[in-house]
Amino acid sequence: MDRLLLIAATLCFVASFGYTLYALGAGRFRPGRVNLVAILAGFLFQSAFLYLRGQAEGSCPLNSLYDVLIFLSWALVLIYLLVGPAYRLSLLGAFTSPLAFLLVLTALIAPLDHSVKVRPVLNPWIETHAALSIIAYGAFGLACVAGIMYLLQERQLKAHKASSLLYNLPPINHLAAAIARLVGLGCLLLTISFAAGFISQMPVNSMKFLTSAAIWLVYGLIFALHRFRNLAPRRLAELSIVVFALVLLTLPGIQYLSSRP
Amino acid sequence: MNILCAGLNHQNTPIEVREKFAVGGHEMQATLDAVRGIDGLTGAVILSTCNRVEFYAASVCPVRAFDGLRGLMQERTGVEAPLYFHDTPRSVRHLFRVVSGLDSMVLGETEILGQVKKAYTAAAEFGATTAHLNRLFQQAFRVAKHVRTETQITRGATSVGSVAVELAGKIFGELSDRRVMILGAGETSERTARSLVSRGVKTVIVSNRTFDRAAKLAEEIGGLAIHFDNWQNAFADTDILICSTSAPHAIITREKLIPMMKDRAGRPLFIIDLAVPRDVEAAVNDLEGVYLYDIDSLEGIVRQSLEVRRSEILRCEEMISDHVGSFVTWMRNHRENRRGG
Repeated sequence: MDRLLLIAATLCFVASFGYTLYALGAGRFRPGRVNLVAILAGFLFQSAFLYLRGQAEGSCPLNSLYDVLIFLSWALVLIYLLVGPAYRLSLLGAFTSPLAFLLVLTALIAPLDHSVKVRPVLNPWIETHAALSIIAYGAFGLACVAGIMYLLQERQLKAHKASSLLYNLPPINHLAAAIARLVGLGCLLLTISFAAGFISQMPVNSMKFLTSAAIWLVYGLIFALHRFRNLAPRRLAELSIVVFALVLLTLPGIQYLSSRP
Repeated sequence: MNILCAGLNHQNTPIEVREKFAVGGHEMQATLDAVRGIDGLTGAVILSTCNRVEFYAASVCPVRAFDGLRGLMQERTGVEAPLYFHDTPRSVRHLFRVVSGLDSMVLGETEILGQVKKAYTAAAEFGATTAHLNRLFQQAFRVAKHVRTETQITRGATSVGSVAVELAGKIFGELSDRRVMILGAGETSERTARSLVSRGVKTVIVSNRTFDRAAKLAEEIGGLAIHFDNWQNAFADTDILICSTSAPHAIITREKLIPMMKDRAGRPLFIIDLAVPRDVEAAVNDLEGVYLYDIDSLEGIVRQSLEVRRSEILRCEEMISDHVGSFVTWMRNHRENRRGG
């Protein structure tokens, strides 16, 4: 049953992205309708999956890389649903769906341990720490998506191309502001997550601690550079993409180290 | 009942003739009353714009009504009225094409929809519409919406000024807090600046080698004039720079701009170079945060937009055919229901 929910979510994200590609090509793209419904449906299927998984594992479903990838995809969509409409960046949804799809697809087809890992909740702060960390990564993921959109729009403007993308992508100023706010939001959530981790006094693998701290520091530095040193929007976009790609690469390592205190 | 359309437009009548037939707002009621007095004509809507004067009427005998209409127009203007004439279903198709911008001078322009709405509202207020005309115009507004949202017939801008506004929107979003600087008070730069002012830009600074000319333009568009030697001092706050000086060489080069960009705190700069020879070195476009458009690139975008619009005509016509079919079906059912009743 839970696997079916995940497949349904994957299909919703594929449908959203496929529709966007078709609509952009045909010049019929109108933000906010088909995309939002498809993404919302995918999010609901993911939420149902995570609920069932959490019930089965007896804790927040973050007990394997399989769980983490799905939770990250869910967090990415959650942040989009929360901030996307506020910034009127509806095409953000169209760009979010392929990333959400890739994360779930990786979880489904990669040779990962899919088994249920029962872990009783010993300390609610640990659950808070783990969940908030992944939600923070969701915000960084969305900043990465906005960064890709920024670079695409900048390219259209520099090349003097009046393509369908130019008319449908948001203004670069809005995208730059969205990236900065998403990085800021991610930093804030990660800080709270670390605070929860300290309060829980859980035993931490030093390598995992250093990796997580490095991610926190890098994003904090990006945010500070943007805020206080006028980091150019293009650099902000590029960094948000590169650093999130690195985060995704370190994710299996962090998960592995998490299971070895 | 038949829907009759008679009129003249930019395609078949020159402006010297069109202007004689124009119906101003102050004479609308009297003209509608006169039109409704024509034998066999039960209701009318008059659409009078700079590009067309058209009469849409409900009539049981369209040919006789058309003759009456032509006679009335001839009497009113003193010249022979070169009116075209359509009856159902061509009249219905014509209105749907007009309201969708397919019959406009600038293909896909949207102003016509507002003008048709205004004409219909005026006729309805003067009690000149009938059930058929009400239904026809309501459907026409739906057709316009359908065609606009489902095709790219309105996509892109079709003049240099509107392209500049559109691009500025794609860089900055809202333009209300933006500052524009004009270097060289030429006619095209003035038009472009006016387009930006109409979209709410905050401040316009005008700089020209002849200060008086700068002052005159600044006064006209509500801006501020500065001496040409001082333009670089006001540059740091500028978001949109419009250049159209008659300098024989580039006045803004990459080397000159690099240090000036450092004072801008990462804010983008949109440069519109309308001058020939160009005022701004092309390599400036490679600088981070600088978006340079010269007259060729702006006109290139206008051409691209028009090409996209032209490529959508067939799709629009298909949609319109469907709507014409549904309206004609409604007319038939309406007639049968009345007979049955």
